Amino acid sequence: MLNLKSENITFECETGNYHSFCPISCVAWLYQKIEDSFFLVIGTKTCGYFLQNALGVMIFAEPRYAMAELEEGDVSAQLNDYKELKRLCLQIKQDRNPTIIIWIGTCTTEIIKMDLEGIAPRLETEIEIPIVVARANGLDYAFTQGEDTVLAALVHRCPKIQPKKKEKETLKTVFLEKKDQEKKANHEIKSLQQIVLFGSVSSSVTSQFNLELKKQGVHVSGWLPAQRYADLPVLNEDVFVCGVNPFLSRTATALMRRRKCKLITTPFPIGPDGTRAWIEKICSVFNIIPVGLEQREKQIWDNLQDYLELVKGKSVFFMGDNLLEISLARFLIKCGMIVYEIGIPYMDKRFQSAELQFLQQTCQHMNTPMPRIVEKPDNYNQIQRIREFQPDLAITGMAHANPLEARGISTKWSVEFTFAQIHGFTNARDILELVTRPLRRNQNLENLDWTKLVKLVEN
Amino acid sequence: MKLAYWMYAGPAHIGTLRVASSFKNVHAIMHAPLGDDYFNVMRSMLERERDFTPVTTSIVDRHVLTRGSQKKVIKNITRKDKQEKPDLIILTPTCTSSILQEDLQNFVNRAAGESESDVILADVNHYRVNELQAADRTLHQITRFYIEKAENQNTLDLTKTKKPSANIIGIFTLGFHNQHDLRELKRLLNDLGIEINQVIPEGSSISDLQNLVKAWFNLVPYREIGLITAKYLKKKFNMPYVSRTPMGIVDTAECIREIAIIIKNYGVQIDCEQYIDQQTRFISQAAWFSRSIDCQNLTGKKAIVFGDATHAALITKILAREMGVRVLCAGTYCKHDADWFREQIQGFCDQVLITDDHTQVGDMIAEMEPSAIFGTQMERHIGKRLDIPCGVISAPVHIQNFPLGYRPFLGYEGTNQIADLIYNSFTLGMEDHLLEIFGGHDTKQVITKSLSTDSNLNWAPGGLAELKKIPGFVRGKVKRNTEKFARENNITEITGEVMYAAKEAISV
Repeated sequence: MLNLKSENITFECETGNYHSFCPISCVAWLYQKIEDSFFLVIGTKTCGYFLQNALGVMIFAEPRYAMAELEEGDVSAQLNDYKELKRLCLQIKQDRNPTIIIWIGTCTTEIIKMDLEGIAPRLETEIEIPIVVARANGLDYAFTQGEDTVLAALVHRCPKIQPKKKEKETLKTVFLEKKDQEKKANHEIKSLQQIVLFGSVSSSVTSQFNLELKKQGVHVSGWLPAQRYADLPVLNEDVFVCGVNPFLSRTATALMRRRKCKLITTPFPIGPDGTRAWIEKICSVFNIIPVGLEQREKQIWDNLQDYLELVKGKSVFFMGDNLLEISLARFLIKCGMIVYEIGIPYMDKRFQSAELQFLQQTCQHMNTPMPRIVEKPDNYNQIQRIREFQPDLAITGMAHANPLEARGISTKWSVEFTFAQIHGFTNARDILELVTRPLRRNQNLENLDWTKLVKLVEN
Repeated sequence: MKLAYWMYAGPAHIGTLRVASSFKNVHAIMHAPLGDDYFNVMRSMLERERDFTPVTTSIVDRHVLTRGSQKKVIKNITRKDKQEKPDLIILTPTCTSSILQEDLQNFVNRAAGESESDVILADVNHYRVNELQAADRTLHQITRFYIEKAENQNTLDLTKTKKPSANIIGIFTLGFHNQHDLRELKRLLNDLGIEINQVIPEGSSISDLQNLVKAWFNLVPYREIGLITAKYLKKKFNMPYVSRTPMGIVDTAECIREIAIIIKNYGVQIDCEQYIDQQTRFISQAAWFSRSIDCQNLTGKKAIVFGDATHAALITKILAREMGVRVLCAGTYCKHDADWFREQIQGFCDQVLITDDHTQVGDMIAEMEPSAIFGTQMERHIGKRLDIPCGVISAPVHIQNFPLGYRPFLGYEGTNQIADLIYNSFTLGMEDHLLEIFGGHDTKQVITKSLSTDSNLNWAPGGLAELKKIPGFVRGKVKRNTEKFARENNITEITGEVMYAAKEAISV
């Protein structure tokens, strides 16, 4: 029998020579999420080229984001940053009239030490549009962590108390409040339990979560980010907060330190197991005994049966790209898969503590060995390990997908997990839809030979 | 600072990486922050590369920012040297690293001492050159490095090949239809009895670079890359080069004639005229197509062309000279090569547009309302929005412009492909026209893409009915012209009669 100690999680750290998206890519989903925003990425042609190629078709749809492309004069400080930014922001105001402008600082603004945080408040009062600064650069962060920097910056813009209603409405409110109070008094106390959730998910996912928690008597009083800038939630020391994505550690820190919010640390609501654990943890904080969750989870698993048969016993290798890896690995292990390695760009052991514990429990429960967790992986070494392990599936970035496929290793692009809806009970099927796609493709092409399509198969 | 949503040419390091990864067994190491290795994704996805792209990053992170790279770059170079044993490692600076002002040359010198491979630093300035210029320079830099190395080691053999031979310079990865063009050029030269000495950089090995000088001449098919290398070889070894792009029947013939003259100077005759005649009349269908009744229908049709210098210039010439299409405007985003471009298309179009701002191109298209556009993927999208068909003739491109089938733009097969592309773009317009004439499935609102202001003009039902009869692709223009006419003549209600009067006054 395995000794408990050997079951402890081991973390390794490699060279950090891995492929991932630049964190400025977060504008792609955040500009769609925050409907009245405009994202200005202050960087060079390199940043622009990445955005334009990575986001493909979105570029042609008149997106609410643009580059403030730095030229030689900006870098050598011959031009005045303040004046230049003012000129561009006025143009944006005139053309698009956003409610908020979010400046994305890049590597270049870091290196030339452009004082974005200093310029923003001055410009904000002058052009009368809030300007939020997020430093989502490749020097410090990977891919999805870009969202983390934006949300952490938005924390400061959330109101501390409920904004006062206009005078006209006051009378009405007083009247209504009386009625409400009567109503509330009749209600159970638990209906007063309020929570703010953080993490950008599609609006259908937010309503699914709102509903899911409402069923347990927990009221979601707001989301960070909200659909519109004006709807940012109230944040103060009375507020409980909980994250829905594993890469939001800075936001969590900002919520706790700046607004004294109470953070609920849970596994993340990815997969039916994660979703149930997430709801249970929230309920336990509010002393609520959750109802009907067990059946709910079971029902979801039952619906996944066809996919589960496909993945059972198959092995997976996560190269590491978007910080969703721990949660996804935990879900896939629960699905009966064997995970060889979890590569991950950055591992916040505190923010992910509940998720890590859950991963450990899941491994014990499924009687599978704990996968190795490799922080800041080295893609070259990983390719050698993939050759050795010959996993049934490698979850990897697009730079490696085709070369691996040509060598007979099935792959799934990791970016798709960032862009697909993977949260909650309802979307568990979508995760497996993604994971099984290469496996189903293999089934369809089973009788066709030629799986290794490189001239020299190196060893 | 510049407010930018989209760019035609990428940053300099992309050009360097494209050249580096086209060579065999050359590895590029970028000095860049995490995420700047997006080139690997593009190469793997667009070219559907089966092999790992030989580009890695020596990551610039917060530590590097505060303390400098120190040994990191050198370690990454020597490590790659051991892992993959490349012939050459190119250290590639990025926009980030160029402002860090670390002494990369020093790293290169130190790493070169510890590596089996050669190590060089790509010499490109991020803030001054774009992707294409950088590619041109890097190709020259590498070629020169190896030729000088051979010279120093006294291994450079200047004897020419026995038979006439050529180097093809400038075929490289992620180039627009480059692989297909190469195949076609090889066929063309083969037909002329000319051997291919070397093709660079695609698929060539740097140890062979010193043999470049054995060829009788160099062929540089594209304007954007290879010219500096060809000029260097000309200056240093007096190697002649042909830089005329063999695209379209006229220029292909001219290119062949230039080649024949060079070969003749070496004392070998090729009967190129007979070859040109034979190919033009019977192998290529383009000359016949120009005379066929189909192409007659294209006479005077209006088009706009935009792209890189090579493709935009040559497509303009083909449209105007070989098909009788009227090119309202031809433009390029290769601002650095504007003079050459202007000279090339002189007399073949009404207007020239040199810009790298796609909104300017969009506005011009909206204003001129051509029947077809020939441009990049951006113009295709502009066309979609304005309901104008577009043929893609130049980078930047999407994955669908890396076709699996044989689609050269150069040589005689290229003329066929281009004729199809042009004809198909226009036929869509024709089909549209026929549908309208026979009252097809038109459920769209009358007013599309109109730039006119909704002033005090009123369209009477009769006028609207008439307007509906006008084919979609000219309707906007007819509407505008009629309104202009009405305004000038103080007419407030536009009836069918007014439309006819307007047509007579301003013949559309």
